[in-house]
Amino acid sequence: MNAARKVAVLKGGGSLERTVSLRSGARVQQALSRLGHEVIAIDAGPELVAQVHECQPDAAFVALHGRDGEDGTVQGLLELIGVPYTGSGPAACMRCTDKALAKYLMREAGIPTPEFTAIKESAIKELGVGAALPDVERTLGFPLVVKPASQGSALGVKFARSSDELPAAIVGALSYDRKVVIERYVKGRDLAVSVLESEGDDAEPVALPVVEAIPREEEFYNYESRYEIGMTTFVCPAELPEGADERARELALETYGLLGCHGVARVDLMLDAASGELSVLETNVGPGLTETSLLPLAADAAGIGFDELVERILASAFTR
Amino acid sequence: MERSTSAGGGGRRTRPAAHELARYEGLFAARTSGMKSSAMREMMALTERPDVISLAGGLPDTSTFAPELYAKLMAQVAEESTARALQYGPTEGMAATVGCIVEVMAREGTRVDPADVIVTTGGQQVIDLVCKTLIDPGDVIVAEAPTYPGAVPTFSAYQAEVEQIEIDADGMPIDALESTLDRLHAEGRRPKFIYTIPNFQNPGGVTMSLARRRRLVEVARERELLVLEDNPYGLLRYEGEPLPTLYSLDAEAVGRGGASDLVIYLGTFSKILSPGLRLGWAVAPRPVVEKLNLGKQGADLCSSPVTQMFVAAYFAELGTEGGPPGPAWIEYVERLKQLYRRRRDVMLEALEEHFGGRASWTRPEGGLFIWASLDGGVDTTDLLARSEGVAFVPGRAAYMDGRRGSSSMRLNFAGVPDEDIREGIRRIGKVMSGDTGLLGTLTGSPSVRAHAPAAAEPRPPVEDGTPLADVVALPRRDAESSRSARRRRDR
Repeated sequence: MNAARKVAVLKGGGSLERTVSLRSGARVQQALSRLGHEVIAIDAGPELVAQVHECQPDAAFVALHGRDGEDGTVQGLLELIGVPYTGSGPAACMRCTDKALAKYLMREAGIPTPEFTAIKESAIKELGVGAALPDVERTLGFPLVVKPASQGSALGVKFARSSDELPAAIVGALSYDRKVVIERYVKGRDLAVSVLESEGDDAEPVALPVVEAIPREEEFYNYESRYEIGMTTFVCPAELPEGADERARELALETYGLLGCHGVARVDLMLDAASGELSVLETNVGPGLTETSLLPLAADAAGIGFDELVERILASAFTR
Repeated sequence: MERSTSAGGGGRRTRPAAHELARYEGLFAARTSGMKSSAMREMMALTERPDVISLAGGLPDTSTFAPELYAKLMAQVAEESTARALQYGPTEGMAATVGCIVEVMAREGTRVDPADVIVTTGGQQVIDLVCKTLIDPGDVIVAEAPTYPGAVPTFSAYQAEVEQIEIDADGMPIDALESTLDRLHAEGRRPKFIYTIPNFQNPGGVTMSLARRRRLVEVARERELLVLEDNPYGLLRYEGEPLPTLYSLDAEAVGRGGASDLVIYLGTFSKILSPGLRLGWAVAPRPVVEKLNLGKQGADLCSSPVTQMFVAAYFAELGTEGGPPGPAWIEYVERLKQLYRRRRDVMLEALEEHFGGRASWTRPEGGLFIWASLDGGVDTTDLLARSEGVAFVPGRAAYMDGRRGSSSMRLNFAGVPDEDIREGIRRIGKVMSGDTGLLGTLTGSPSVRAHAPAAAEPRPPVEDGTPLADVVALPRRDAESSRSARRRRDR
């Protein structure tokens, strides 16, 4: 049993994932109380800094998802005011949240990721990107997935089957961010590997059992629903072909290290149905902690109960 | 980023004792798999901030109700009948409240027998009870497209299959209804009821014509089908002649001066008095009322006697001196009508100014909502994400599949002040300009719409069968406003 601490749980905030974050946070609070810690709940808003100043916690548990909470903003702020916090630091948050940056880094490091390009809104307005759309078609082909570069929610993920659909998909996705990633669609199995730092000072991060997301409808244009509750079935541990399980976990750990994550993260991968190859789509530094989230599911499959999971994430605040 | 596991789907390998998740999944009823939480709703939740102008709600303006009268009526209920107000009441509702309901319906020209009335906890409970009473999993409900977004989760929860019929300027086209019914018949499926909002439809804003009302009742009678007539706004008519309710038309067809035997009527005090009271009602054929009553016993035993007695006290109030003759409730409805009519006109004006030439919208004769459809395939869910400080309901919420209606939006004009309406529409229009400009730049046809000819051909007057999206002939923006729109983009 670790020492009792005073922990501020940061939750809510103003991102599109606010309600999920409130649920993650509430559940973390309960676990921390059960573990004997003193808990102060803070809904991230204009009073955030004042509230943290006032309660002088030993650590902040970051249960925020999406903008500000997951992109390094809050992390940088907590460093400024000198409060230890759970999870990755500002630079890793920025590398993971910006899907374009993460994918460029993976490409440089030789970690397989679906071919892609990134387009900024300003480049459309000022640099004539429109004329390069044929090159997108030539180099990537169709179908394509268009994602807001930094939006974690399912919203704004668009599918383009042909060149006719591409401009509207780009403009639609740009509603959620100033930059979009245009990625070759990989048809295959949708996997997630959570990485958790183990206990002790010299311990290495470990990859938890692989979770597979199986959409109920396979249609392309229903891509968004893959992220919606009730539209997808999850299996853990995933039943994968020989070697794929180990390879997926290796890739997750490699990506975790490359992007400089700390404490906990979830790496999403695709297993190409045609080639059998694995590739990394993205890394999430603020994985959900609700009753139905993937990280607790994977931890559970590894024999790590929710309270132990929370305790281990809390420990990451003191091992940076 | 969060990704969630499903509420209904189980893992192939389940260890019930060890897996917290699997444990709950095993306990959930099959019907919960139809209860969807969508990313769009997450986004709607985010717009419930004070700095956001919300044109999204279904709200009436309760700030117009006199606080002194509210205090007086509550005091009166307390002084005269504390014990009864604090006690359980009859499931079908208190007699005095049913009397008020009969009075409201008479105001719309519909005569009802108090014994056919059941008081409910809001109109929403009627939808729930009707589904509870009539729908087995897989049963068919025929509804309008778009339909009341709040009915969608109810229909889903009872695992109904919903056939939606695209409405036009005169409401649900009955020939389309008939061909749908024929097809269902051929497929061996029998619909349980037809769900319609004939007056100032939510979200479409259109009203079913008299001819179609008559024909709908005939079709229902020919095929022995129940109709759920959802009429929350009937008394909030700002122009045009009131039309008879489906209930009264069916009662007429039955003859003998009797009641309708195929229409279930849904009414509510929410829009003519207050949604906070949570009081609505159903009027239905006697055997149906009895089943609804049984269903309600299981749901909540009775609706709040406190608010039922409040309504009864309110309906006994006389109007103020100098106001229109008659009781206070009618005077209040008249005041609401004046207020909402003005707000509707403010919104229509703002739409012309800021949406002109790139959208079409309905011009409702009453109710609370305008339905606007954007040109060029803009997805209004994306638009909402981009719109800072203003909220509306994306059209997809009004379709069961969550896909159709993606270029439309529902706008509430009743619940917010004039200035907020103007500013809200201006903000949405500004975001639309940004999107259109971006798309034009990307596809190499810059500012297509901004350069469109200044004058469009005047459209013919609205006739039967006019598509909903073309209800209003829209003037193109004039050259000046096109230029100013470009200037805004250029900054």
